[in-house]
Amino acid sequence: MDWLTTVDHKKIGILYFAAGGFFFIVGGIEALLIRLQLMFPMGANGESWFLTGQTYNEIMTMHGTTMIFLAAMPLIFGLMNAVVPLQIGARDVAFPFLNSLGFWTFFFGGVLLNISWFTGTVPDIGWTAYAPLSGSEFSGTGSDYYAIGLQIAGIGTLVGGINFLVTIINMRAPGMTFMRMPLFTWTVFITSGIILFAFPALAVGLIYITFDRLFDANFFVTATGGNAVLWEHIFWIFGHPEVYILILPAFGAISEILPTFARKRLFGYSSMVFATALIGFLSFMVWAHHMFTVGMGDIANALFGVATMLIAIPTGIKVFNWLFTIWGGKIQFTTAMLYATSFIPTFVMGGVTGVMLAIPPADFQFHDSYFVVAHFHYVIVGGIVLSLLAAVYYWWPKMFGRMLNETLGKWSFWLFFSGFHLTFFIQHFLGLWGMPRRVFTYLPNQGWDTANFVSTIGAFFMAAGVIVILLNVIISIKGPKAPADPWDGRTLEWSIASPSPEYNFKQLPLVRGLDAFWLEKMDGKKEMTPAEPLGPIHMPSASILPFFMSLGLFIAGFGFMYRGYEFDSAFINNLFGNNIIAICGLAITLVCMFLRSVYDDHGYHIEVEELQKEG
Amino acid sequence: MSHAEAHLDKLPPEPEKATLEGRNKVLGFWLFLGGETVLFGTLFATFIALRNSTLDGPSGVELFSLSITAIATFILLTSSLTSVFAIQAMHHKNIKNMLIWLGVTVVLGLGFLGLEIFEFWEYVNHESFGFTTSAFSSSFYALVGFHGAHVALGVLWISLLMIQIKKKGLTTVTAPKIYVASLYWHFIDVVWVFIFTIVYLMGKVG
Repeated sequence: MDWLTTVDHKKIGILYFAAGGFFFIVGGIEALLIRLQLMFPMGANGESWFLTGQTYNEIMTMHGTTMIFLAAMPLIFGLMNAVVPLQIGARDVAFPFLNSLGFWTFFFGGVLLNISWFTGTVPDIGWTAYAPLSGSEFSGTGSDYYAIGLQIAGIGTLVGGINFLVTIINMRAPGMTFMRMPLFTWTVFITSGIILFAFPALAVGLIYITFDRLFDANFFVTATGGNAVLWEHIFWIFGHPEVYILILPAFGAISEILPTFARKRLFGYSSMVFATALIGFLSFMVWAHHMFTVGMGDIANALFGVATMLIAIPTGIKVFNWLFTIWGGKIQFTTAMLYATSFIPTFVMGGVTGVMLAIPPADFQFHDSYFVVAHFHYVIVGGIVLSLLAAVYYWWPKMFGRMLNETLGKWSFWLFFSGFHLTFFIQHFLGLWGMPRRVFTYLPNQGWDTANFVSTIGAFFMAAGVIVILLNVIISIKGPKAPADPWDGRTLEWSIASPSPEYNFKQLPLVRGLDAFWLEKMDGKKEMTPAEPLGPIHMPSASILPFFMSLGLFIAGFGFMYRGYEFDSAFINNLFGNNIIAICGLAITLVCMFLRSVYDDHGYHIEVEELQKEG
Repeated sequence: MSHAEAHLDKLPPEPEKATLEGRNKVLGFWLFLGGETVLFGTLFATFIALRNSTLDGPSGVELFSLSITAIATFILLTSSLTSVFAIQAMHHKNIKNMLIWLGVTVVLGLGFLGLEIFEFWEYVNHESFGFTTSAFSSSFYALVGFHGAHVALGVLWISLLMIQIKKKGLTTVTAPKIYVASLYWHFIDVVWVFIFTIVYLMGKVG
């Protein structure tokens, strides 16, 4: 029960980790199925050796959607929750209740999307859901699962973004100015800003799909004057910022881990902040580079091409700063550091192919080929996943109070890292040799057979790496207890116990500069100087309302989805056809909102005596 | 009564910003309105892209009556003014005036909604201009209807807050709620100014 009602940011972080980790495994299994299918070409009679085209489309769609929205996003939100309040010296986030609501809407959205596996109508439209394929003429209820599931999950993301913006602006500890914030907090700040301005566009786009499909609207229906390209614009004006939403916190984590294990301060801190902000700004200026082949015209293509190349400048600043940070450092190759250092060259490779794709005439050749698949897996797996794994190994002791095993950690790293390059490096060449993406099989003897086979072998290595990570997690339950500061860290989160108490800081710390905890340690102190006398601490009360609010939306989503469906039972037909289920679901949510507004939550206090007893 | 007055005297001059929770709420709401701006921006962009796709259905020139929308605009803009009066009354700790001005705001909001519902009803029943008629109609109803839903929600919200003020009085917990609701109401007004210009005025020009 405690986990259903908690509003503690550390527990919500763990919930995000658990749910995101689960969906990461699901998405990973889907990836394995994709690679298995492509391991061999079609047979002599044109038959597929493993999956049908329809099943392949479903798995491919769900793999992309799950990995982006249900694995990468929540894992990043988990990190944000676990780390940011501690790094800025706050007792909690600005809106603990909304924090919980954000998690549960994401969770129910994800569950709704995946229930499609059991109802047999899985989205089969690609994670981009291009119109008119996502319209009612060409796809079934699966598209409704996509639109409504993501809509509900998106609410949670938006709420989380606002929450972290306010937390970082209003709740920093005394002395922590903006330019003394750890870089991870900075990247979360910028990412939250991007979330705020990108996700509403997706929400509107998904509403259009839903209206088109369920209420016969004409937004993307060409026959009645709608415009299918409009969806592409709406999707990508969300979708391109989305990749920066994912990568910026990953950059931030790398910028924390490299200085810690190189035992040097981050090189070029202020230029890192500047580069982060610039990437955040430019991320909204480049969406149409996904649409060069649509026919927007030369001038639009040239402008968006140049804007895209501009992003290489702040990113390059970051890469060089990272290199200068470890240059001449006293490097310790812990598992976290292995992941973090291997991230740099891997991500640069993804960035280079990104600049290649930004050249419109070249993009006409690369478009919709495996070259694109290789590119975005180099940035998403080679960039985001490698740095997420680095961050997991780095912050795990703080989150769970247990150490992960370093030997298993290194095994997992080498398996995953070599598997990754084995899988995706060859796909650049597959693309250049003409293999199109999103096809479920291919003719033999076109020069693709060996490359595809190699790529699939790599996927098995990655899977083995993930299994070792899971093993490590299970073993860590009985593993050695983590000290407060296992890595000799530099930032505030290492100045308190692992795992930190529910109120985080008994007394808010006084921050005297960048790398606040390191400064104190260099002055020979063991802990932070307090900025306030010991006093009772105000805590928010736990609440079950966020759970039920999200459940209401989940039920309403179902209601809308099946309102036009023919059931065997007349009673159920009535329930869905007259929108009774949908209205009941919305009513649950509205009643919860009403209760939240009317009954004030005064919270409770942890008294001084209790704080002293805990030592 | 004296108890309540003594309590009001202790209330700081800007009670909505007196506590960290209050400041968080106000800042968070400003940010939320930033997100809402993108939301309406997307709806506007869609409308502008699809406004000439009228197919066999009526076009804006044939449909719109500027007199009704002008009255609606006047009502809604006035309600923004009355919500300012309510916030001023709150800062003067005059609960009675605050409730009166909030009440006027709600009534004006209802007046606006009435006109909008009448307008939609006319379109559907006498002009055969429904949600599914054309791409123009879908984008029109999505944009204007979404704004109308915001007004309806605002009316409900402010009414609920008025009851809460009656029950709980003006405190550092309730004051941020009132302040935030008035921010929301101004935002709805600003959006309507754009709807009046882009949908109705530009629609009438053709």
